[in-house]
Amino acid sequence: QSASEPASLPAEDISTNSNGPKQDSLFDDDPEDLFAEATEEVSLDSPERDVLLSDGPSPAITPITPPTSVLTPRIGLHDDMFTHSSFDEVKIEEEEGGDSFDIHISVSDPEKVGDGMNAYMAYKVTTKTSISLFKSHEFSVKRRFSDFLGLHSKLASKYLHIGYIVPPCAGKKHWMTKVKVGKEDQSSNEFVEKRRSALERYLMRTVKLPVLLKDPDVLQFLESSELPRAVSTQALSSAGLLRMVNKAAEAVNKMTIKMNESDAWFEEKQQHFENLDVQLRKLHASMESLVLHRKELSVNTAQFAKSAAMLGNSEDHTALSRALSQLAEVEEKIDQLHQDQANADFYLFSELLGDYVRLITAVKGVFDHRMKTWQKWQDTQMLLQKKREAEAKLQFNNKPDKLQQAKDEIKELEGKVEQGEREFEQISKTIRKEVSRFEKERVKDFKTIIIKYLESLVQTQQQLIKYWDAFLPEAKAIS
Amino acid sequence: MTSTIDESNKEKMRSVSVDLNHDASLLIDIPDALCERDKVKFTVHTKTTLSSFQKPDFSVPRQHEDFIWLHDTLVETEDYAGLIIPPAPPKPDFESPREKMHKLGEGEATMTKEEYTKMKQELEAEYLAVFKKTVQVHEVFLQRLSSHPNLSKDRNFQIFLEYDQDLTVRRKNAKEMFGGFFKNMVKSADEVLISGIKEVDDFFEQEKTFLLDYYSKIKDSTAKAEKMTRSHKNIADDYIHISATLNSLSADDSTANKKHLEKLSDLFEKLRKVEGRVASDQELKLTELLRYYMRDIQAAKDLLYRRARALVDYENSNKALDKARLKSKDIPQAEEHQQQCLQKFDKLSESGKKELTSFKGRRVVAFRKNLIEMAELEIKHAKNNVTLLQGCIDLLKSI
Repeated sequence: QSASEPASLPAEDISTNSNGPKQDSLFDDDPEDLFAEATEEVSLDSPERDVLLSDGPSPAITPITPPTSVLTPRIGLHDDMFTHSSFDEVKIEEEEGGDSFDIHISVSDPEKVGDGMNAYMAYKVTTKTSISLFKSHEFSVKRRFSDFLGLHSKLASKYLHIGYIVPPCAGKKHWMTKVKVGKEDQSSNEFVEKRRSALERYLMRTVKLPVLLKDPDVLQFLESSELPRAVSTQALSSAGLLRMVNKAAEAVNKMTIKMNESDAWFEEKQQHFENLDVQLRKLHASMESLVLHRKELSVNTAQFAKSAAMLGNSEDHTALSRALSQLAEVEEKIDQLHQDQANADFYLFSELLGDYVRLITAVKGVFDHRMKTWQKWQDTQMLLQKKREAEAKLQFNNKPDKLQQAKDEIKELEGKVEQGEREFEQISKTIRKEVSRFEKERVKDFKTIIIKYLESLVQTQQQLIKYWDAFLPEAKAIS
Repeated sequence: MTSTIDESNKEKMRSVSVDLNHDASLLIDIPDALCERDKVKFTVHTKTTLSSFQKPDFSVPRQHEDFIWLHDTLVETEDYAGLIIPPAPPKPDFESPREKMHKLGEGEATMTKEEYTKMKQELEAEYLAVFKKTVQVHEVFLQRLSSHPNLSKDRNFQIFLEYDQDLTVRRKNAKEMFGGFFKNMVKSADEVLISGIKEVDDFFEQEKTFLLDYYSKIKDSTAKAEKMTRSHKNIADDYIHISATLNSLSADDSTANKKHLEKLSDLFEKLRKVEGRVASDQELKLTELLRYYMRDIQAAKDLLYRRARALVDYENSNKALDKARLKSKDIPQAEEHQQQCLQKFDKLSESGKKELTSFKGRRVVAFRKNLIEMAELEIKHAKNNVTLLQGCIDLLKSI
């Protein structure tokens, strides 16, 4: 139905059946459309990260064995951690009637489709819900990666500029960087699993926003068996949030009149999110370092285990030889333990932080949109003022034709000024609500995930106790 | 920095070799040491009932080089050719913590003051650990000597313990005399020589095969154990950063999250201390154990080498005797020489057998003790972790 659009057109509203809030025509006049080239990625790089990661030899930690732990029940610990924990329920806004419905989305069964250059990964997206918006209670569709990006792009273009914190979806650039930096194989189990998990979290976060849950694009994405192919990847990477923020920041700098921040709340919140951004990035970098070191520990433990086994074989004292072999066995089990823990470190804590770093960039973007909206309103007001002055001059010089035209223009501008003010008020109101929702969500999210993460640590330690307890009599048996 | 190491710590550390320093007739320890830049000054303290010493209780300052001098003179002493000479203590090596301290200084700008302080504390602890290790290893060396029936009576050993002047002069003389002769020998020649000789004695044949193989295996295990320990240390460092950032987040937070973050920051601080101890215990009980016996096995190999040389000498003397008989010239000298070689070889074989047997016993006992202690410590630390973690989980659930 929707024609394929070339990448250069604004990726605002490709879908013809969208009935989301239309963008103001004033926006169209903006030559610097922020969504024109949505190629930029939110960068998770920060100086701190480089310092931490460049310390010591950089290990090429490619998973030596396919991380079956990721796909087996053992990592059911992460399998149901995210989707079944803080995402247990999604409550539709109170103003909608007060009933609480639930929805649960899972992304599964990654499957390679096609061959060679045109091959892609298809995922099964299953929705289980009792919300009446949907045609049935349980249904599945097949989606590919670009479909997710396409969905995000549409939602971002419809809702970001009016103040909704649209959850970002890590785009192609993010995954490419992962491949380069982590020296990961794109088709490796671990890579596929990371992406699957990220896409799942993306969808769950998206439907948690009541306004997005009702959006026809979202409904279509979840329900439709056929989805029109999203356009070229360039235009579809995560709506160029960074670029958008940068451009908005430029616009702010160009403001001749500084925004009169009568609302201290916004200033305070903006500062808060700035700080949060810095700290979360730092924490994320530390966690990534931890994951790396834990993987290293696993590898080193495995190597030691092999070495101890050889030593045990070489040992000519029978009892000691046996004990050394047992030690080797224990260490081998422990290396698997560390590997599993590294996965928990990553999927529970590290990815949570990564998600929130991206989310906060969206939050910052929304604040910047508010400033832009204010600027537009002010500009219109200034224009009105100029027109009024011009009108007064015309009246003085008695030019009736031009006077009428001037009066018409003024009337139009007055309307636009009113609209500008309304839009500013609306976006401010939406942001207040959104920030409140976001913060509540953040607190709940963190608490739930952290507890799950700590429980994973407990599990590891308890397992360690078991292994060493079993080894102790072997060591004592040496005579 | 001066460090007085208290008795309980010493008991814990004196683990690689057991059954030392129990004979009251000669008790040696290193009660404290001073670290000046790179040089470590050990205070060697002796308590003895033997009349061969001038005083019953005395101390002298010694440097690492003095220990090396003592070790080398023992090695060069013909009479001890049939003994396993305890391996020389390695030179105090502060390179690793020093390098880390340097890196820390460079990265100071990227961390909070608190973080930096904690990292610095960790590094200072590492310095201290290296320091304690080097004291221990020097002490064990002396105690190995004092508990050996032959070596404890060595004249140079006594000088080392008693001589209240600087040993530097003696060290220089020794160097001139021997010129580090033995050390300069190509070590690989050992292997060839040892494995090359035709062994008639089953015992030595087995020992040779065993020691050569075991040495390479234990060397590898030592290196791998070291890498494991380093990973644990890295994780402990990560916990410091995580704790610090959580603390910053908590400070900025005004939501219900604040308490969560505080508790979490606290937890990671405690976890990193445990992880640090896991690392250091593993190092002491495993890595250091392996490293020590690697060196001890080298000393045993050296014994085999000396015996192999003696055998070669004996074989050569036989050939010389045959030659002399053929030529009917200098037969008595040749006969005497041959006898001497045989005697030397027999003596080495006899004492070597004893030494190697007791060495095995020593090794087994030390491994047993350390493996048990390591397993017990691992359990202790894991239990500690569980308590900390569970406590935090319960707290978070209740907030």
